[in-house]
Amino acid sequence: MKVTIDGKEIDVPKGTTILQAARMIGHEVAPPAMCYHSKLKTSGGYCRTCLVKVAQGSTANPNPMPKPVASCRTEVMDGMVVENFTSPEILEARKGVVEFLLINHPLDCPVCDQAGECKLQDLGYENGSAATRYEFKRREFEVIDIGEKIKLHMNRCILCYRCVKVADQITDGRAHGVISRGDSSEISTYIEKVIDNDFSGNVIDVCPVGALTDKTFRFKQRVWFTKPVDAHRDCKKCSGKARVWLKGEEVLRVTSRKDEWDESEEFICNDCRYEHKRKSDWVIEGPSPVNRNSVISQNQYQHLNELKVQIMKQQKALGFMDLNKKP
Amino acid sequence: MGKKLLIHNDKVPGIQGLAVYRQHGGYASVEKALKTMTPDQVTDEVKKSGLRGRGGAGFPTGLKWSFLAKPEGVARYLVCNADESEPGTFKDRYLMEHIPHALIEGMITSSYALGAKVSYIYIRGEYFYVARILEVAIKEAYEAGWLGKNILGTDFSNDCYVHVGAGAYICGEETALLESLEGKRGNPRIKPPFPAVAGLWGCPTVVNNVETIAAVCPIVVNGGEEYAKIGIGKSTGTKLISASGHINKPGVYEIELGLPVEEFIYSEEYCGGIRNGKKLKAVVAGGSSVPILPAELILKTAKGEPRLMSYESLGDGGFISGTMLGSGGFIVMDEDTSIVKNLFTFARFYHHESCGQCSPCREGTGWMEKVIKKFINGTANESDVDLLWDIQSKIEGKTICPLGEAAAWPVAAAIRHFKQEFLDIARAKKFVDVSHYNRLNKVAV
Repeated sequence: MKVTIDGKEIDVPKGTTILQAARMIGHEVAPPAMCYHSKLKTSGGYCRTCLVKVAQGSTANPNPMPKPVASCRTEVMDGMVVENFTSPEILEARKGVVEFLLINHPLDCPVCDQAGECKLQDLGYENGSAATRYEFKRREFEVIDIGEKIKLHMNRCILCYRCVKVADQITDGRAHGVISRGDSSEISTYIEKVIDNDFSGNVIDVCPVGALTDKTFRFKQRVWFTKPVDAHRDCKKCSGKARVWLKGEEVLRVTSRKDEWDESEEFICNDCRYEHKRKSDWVIEGPSPVNRNSVISQNQYQHLNELKVQIMKQQKALGFMDLNKKP
Repeated sequence: MGKKLLIHNDKVPGIQGLAVYRQHGGYASVEKALKTMTPDQVTDEVKKSGLRGRGGAGFPTGLKWSFLAKPEGVARYLVCNADESEPGTFKDRYLMEHIPHALIEGMITSSYALGAKVSYIYIRGEYFYVARILEVAIKEAYEAGWLGKNILGTDFSNDCYVHVGAGAYICGEETALLESLEGKRGNPRIKPPFPAVAGLWGCPTVVNNVETIAAVCPIVVNGGEEYAKIGIGKSTGTKLISASGHINKPGVYEIELGLPVEEFIYSEEYCGGIRNGKKLKAVVAGGSSVPILPAELILKTAKGEPRLMSYESLGDGGFISGTMLGSGGFIVMDEDTSIVKNLFTFARFYHHESCGQCSPCREGTGWMEKVIKKFINGTANESDVDLLWDIQSKIEGKTICPLGEAAAWPVAAAIRHFKQEFLDIARAKKFVDVSHYNRLNKVAV
């Protein structure tokens, strides 16, 4: 099936969604997605950041779709023409969605463990505005322990339902879900239950924001001061392929490996995640691929420092003011 | 006197019972359909009748039925949407309360047409007493052999169940209703797949409003063409209108579609004019979610033609100067009504009823309510009007289900037609009570 996204054509198999097709083309046309996760079935459709305009439904029915559609849940049709970044209407809608996601968000990035690898931060930078128009008290919830090693900051949650889907699809018996309705809905467990199973830690990995955090890593270190390496170990419960976050010789945390869209490649067990925090537990394969634009890549790669020095030299040559010099 | 097909017997004593209902021609459609027609013929009659969904969207019922997937060996379901929660709408309750067998009869006939062996009536929690009435009626129908195995000696069997919801507005949305019926959280599903392909328990399902299903009975008995003669253009048949607000005779009225709005409001047969001889200010024509229209636009279209009670005429002019027939919740407001206060009530409702699944509706409805509250408190600025407009435009059409639109449209229409009221409050820096305002104007005249 041929589909054109932002003027770029691609041939995809039947059943591919618009978002998947856009990701096949590349980052330049792929809409941002907060609630969609490629490894989780029926995920997506909730956050509405991936809205796109379908300018032509298909070759058979060339009419445009009346409303913007969630690209993560809409399958492509042959001859479909999709507008994403080229449609001002969609950019405006996305800006609106980001604003909605942020009006009740505490914006506590300076103390949030997710800062630096937070999808909402990226989305805010790309599509948000600098000031808020919301002048009311933000929604507040208590911080709770939702599992033995998992902390839930409901204030930060964007209700993407990913953790619910993880619990549904990779563990037996989900103990948590969404309670209440509307803007008072919250993630919580059944009465007197906690999330407790061998794969419970994966809810942390799939959380796109800092709502679910690893209690063994909380407040230990900013992520951009740690160095992610891909490593593996022999594990009876999972594949044992994980990402180990190092600071010097110390293993600060273990997470699943993420693909280029920040979505877990394979889910790992709690044994790997929490119990193996010595470097000798792991066979290190090499540095993890980190997006060059990510703050995590700061201070990791020599060439970036070289680049910085080079730019400063150029600026000096062009006669730019040296801010460090005293007048 | 307009023709009545649904509630013509509502005042007959004992019509709630099967015996009296049967004496007045009840269950004739089941007899006719099962004995003389094939299921497809019933569907054809419904198609011919031009019946449109009475729940609000006005989608042609026959077409909806014909979309039902019919794979071999897979159960099909008929679900009746009796989760009537739209503010200003109470027609289904009236029908079920007074003539419960009309719904049961329609359920059996429709199930036959769709090949559904099991049908459900999903009724909202607040209607628990109506659910009891329905259960009594269903029991009677079972005892008389209208429900159960081999109805009327044919090989058609049908079971009908009443399921009481917990009273969430969102469960009136068909996919949320199905989720709730399955025992899950009432969150709307993402479409496609549509219920006609994968509905209840993943099986093909048709979800119809109470009134739509009840209207199937006269269609089958009298024929679809006969039904199509009533009404105007593509708005065929009769419609139950729940009239409320500042009128002399609020209540449920059955009208022939195509009745002039002016006649509906002012004639003695229907609403009987505005209460206390006041002037008409505005009308919400189809339940709280449709755009409000000021008096001059509800009585006459922008082109100057008289506005009629029909899907097309009320929709004339799009949302710039028109509205929708919706579910038929006709709310009339007199000159002393504050549109801002009214809008606050609506906004609070949608904020409370948002399911919280998708972000624009979850966050936006609450935000709109808070901004409108500023007008009620008299702390709003002129820029808040623009802010409100912007928020609603960012909700409308961006959500999973139509609740986003339902929340955004009233706000948009109130600002579109009554911006001055918002600006008056913002400039005065206090809530301007419209009745007070009107009295002052009268003194000045």
